[in-house]
Amino acid sequence: MSTTTKYTPKTATGRIANFVDERTGGSAMVKEFGRKIFPDHWSFMFGEVALYTFVLLLISGTFLTFFFDPSMTHVIYDGSYNPLKGIGMSAAYSSSLDISFDIRGGLFMRQVHHWSALLFVAAVSVHMLRVFFTGAFRKPRELNWVVGGVLLILAMAAGFTGYSLPDDLLSGNGLRIIDGVMKSIPVVGTYLSFFLFGGEFPGTAVIPRLYSLHIMIVPAIILLMVGLHLFMVVVHKHTQYPGPGRTNDNVVGFPVGPVYAAKAGGFFFIVFGIVAFISGFFTINPIWNYGPYDPSPVSAGTQPDWYIGWVDGALRLMPGMIGNFSFEWVIPFPWGWNTLSLNVLLPALVPAGIIFTLMFTWPWIERWLTKDNREHHLLDRPRNAPFRTAVGVAGVVSYCVMWAAASSDLIATHFHVSLNDVTYWLRTLFIVGPILGFVLARRIALSLQRKDREIVLHGREAGIIEMSPEGGFSEKHEDLDVYQQYHLATFEDRKVIPAQPDAAGHISRKEKRRGALSKFFFEDRVAPVTPSELAAAKAAHGHAEIEGSEQDSIGH
Amino acid sequence: MGDHSHGSPDDSGTVAKAGTGTLDKFQDPGLPPHRKRLADTDPRAEKRAERQVALLFIISIIGTLSFFIAYFVLGRPDSLSEIRVQNSMLGLGTTFAMLGIGIGIVHWAKVLMPDHEVSEMRHAIRPEADRQDAEDIINQVIEETGIKRRPLIRNTLIGAIALAPVPAIFMFRDLEGSGKTAGQLIEQLRHTMWAKDVRLTRDPSGTPIKAADVQIGSVFHVIPEGLNETEDPLNEKAKAVVLLMRLDPTQMNVSPGREDWNVDGIVAYSKICTHVGCPVALYEQQTHHLLCPCHQSTFDLTNECKVIFGPAGRPLPQLPIAVDSNGFLVAQSDFQEPVGPSYWERG
Repeated sequence: MSTTTKYTPKTATGRIANFVDERTGGSAMVKEFGRKIFPDHWSFMFGEVALYTFVLLLISGTFLTFFFDPSMTHVIYDGSYNPLKGIGMSAAYSSSLDISFDIRGGLFMRQVHHWSALLFVAAVSVHMLRVFFTGAFRKPRELNWVVGGVLLILAMAAGFTGYSLPDDLLSGNGLRIIDGVMKSIPVVGTYLSFFLFGGEFPGTAVIPRLYSLHIMIVPAIILLMVGLHLFMVVVHKHTQYPGPGRTNDNVVGFPVGPVYAAKAGGFFFIVFGIVAFISGFFTINPIWNYGPYDPSPVSAGTQPDWYIGWVDGALRLMPGMIGNFSFEWVIPFPWGWNTLSLNVLLPALVPAGIIFTLMFTWPWIERWLTKDNREHHLLDRPRNAPFRTAVGVAGVVSYCVMWAAASSDLIATHFHVSLNDVTYWLRTLFIVGPILGFVLARRIALSLQRKDREIVLHGREAGIIEMSPEGGFSEKHEDLDVYQQYHLATFEDRKVIPAQPDAAGHISRKEKRRGALSKFFFEDRVAPVTPSELAAAKAAHGHAEIEGSEQDSIGH
Repeated sequence: MGDHSHGSPDDSGTVAKAGTGTLDKFQDPGLPPHRKRLADTDPRAEKRAERQVALLFIISIIGTLSFFIAYFVLGRPDSLSEIRVQNSMLGLGTTFAMLGIGIGIVHWAKVLMPDHEVSEMRHAIRPEADRQDAEDIINQVIEETGIKRRPLIRNTLIGAIALAPVPAIFMFRDLEGSGKTAGQLIEQLRHTMWAKDVRLTRDPSGTPIKAADVQIGSVFHVIPEGLNETEDPLNEKAKAVVLLMRLDPTQMNVSPGREDWNVDGIVAYSKICTHVGCPVALYEQQTHHLLCPCHQSTFDLTNECKVIFGPAGRPLPQLPIAVDSNGFLVAQSDFQEPVGPSYWERG
């Protein structure tokens, strides 16, 4: 017999809870999570949007699987869309048309699915930008950043496999591009293409194969990764923006029950509502306009879905020949000649390789550079980490240039400019843009920091103009309250860490490189205001030179 | 856990303060004081908020009902415009159904549920003691396997594990199910349906083309005769499709060996871009340029489709053509090189 007193529920809710608890041990969960604190900030919602659009994708996708026939069997269309009646096409395309025209609400579900997918990748991307620019990826969250990066790649994979399924003209041409890119891979590429398409392009096997990937493997891995991602969020607890009362050791926010649950849960319905509105009024992927896939026709102004645009854009930016120099190399080997098609291989793999490598390794690069192995739970305002912000902006610019290049033809036709000129400009921007972005972003971040400094030292402009007895005009400045002061004057102050000798007193080459990079990134910095500086500034009438005695701010 | 809603700015009870005077840094003033909402102080405002939330939920109910109206009243639409109307109505119904619930709940949370922020301490991700225990356990496990003392077992195991997945990779070989050898597969890429005396026919009707029908400035989309009767018409078409145009012979630069590949300025070129294989479907009659709409590779027809812009690295392959005794255009042979995107074994 147990000697501990047995708990007896007193309310109806208690009795139900007790029933579940006796079988699952759920009360520990409720105790742990029921009042767990989540910090609140509008920028934290992008991750939520990603999660909710993924749920929408599962719901609408399940509906679509009931009606979609993933087969490339040749059929003659006999549905209610007159312009295509009697035309031969694959069963996949035919059933996509049926979903659009002969299943009530089918078109709506297709639209919800496609729009959710576009929004899903967008939300994942913006969420990652938020995490990057605020430094949320720092220890202990590096692994979760990697999981997030994997999720981004999976989101793109899910999108592209789905894009190809309806087997319309546009998606078929998309696959043709995949075929061409695969074939450019040395040694194994040709076989990879043969294996994917079950023989020569296009064959009759690729749609069912992409279907398996699209509805089972990719979403299953995404679900697994989402689970892992959220598990780690629970382990680490959420980050928070710095501010009065918010330290590295606490979490300030709303408890899950009821406030956060209501806000987050309600937000799901808001996301659903907005997707439903877009789906009802803005047509995406009108496959009936494109016709069935046929290797001969193609429509002008072909566009991939937005998240693949940057890869397609890179393909467009790369010149095939410069003058008479061809990027297609025919290399002599003892057994004969082999072709290396660098004009396809370089743009298809190298920019993506660089962006993803930098993305995945950045937490470690930054840790090595700053020699900072502490745990971070407080976020940086982007302006307070000018070097990181600048690197991020350079990355965003190069991405956007490639992305814009995917619409070079539409830019040319809409703005009545030469297509070739658009491409030449974008090629130039691809080289110059990231550098320009880096310099500008760093300067803007530094000047915003200086503005913060000035506000702390001088107070805010009160909008009251005073006339002195001598007739001079001046504006009154109002002191900040302690909260605003703390908000603006407290941030992580990163200084240059010069190359350090090791135990034997020797400075390794790697350490020298680190020192040089550290100098490059942190030489120009704006120091946070200290109380003594503020006191000095006030003593000098509150109108002292901002960069007073201790000249510690921007370098040149 | 602290609740600062009753605290003062200087003593919200949530933050441990650092020792003063030790660092020249601003002291954390703690959470700002909690500001009460109108609904917290004014019962009328509270009632109003309650009604607002209820109204939003009612809007949701109306939204769901209008979804059903769109679904049943509009029935099964059979024209494109009716489908568009139904799609918009279903969308609008769902929008209201969802936004009503969503905005209602969020409004409820924001206006009526407690809105003071709460502070909670973080815990160490892993206690030091556990870490020591875990390390001991792992060492013990490794010790008991004896793997350190038996390098032979270790090394053969590594070898076996490294090799074991390789068959799985080779299983994918059968994704290409024709049973052809690698050489046969590659050979397939070199050939199209075109051969001596195969007629050039219109795409997609398959009617043959007379040389006399081809005017200067006109363009024909061409497939080999009999393509639609083959086993895999799309596979054949993806290689064999051709563009046919007529140029003023004086405008053409013909390289040695290709003099008889055209018929009085009628030329035929592969339509499959040498970049990644999209159809090169745009013909600019004035400049005699062919343009791929996918990646904008531009080929100059007057110079045997040499690349003049864009990512393609090779000219479009030319199909040698002739006229048969009936005046129809026919191929002299297959293409002299593989068509479409480059591949490693292309040579």
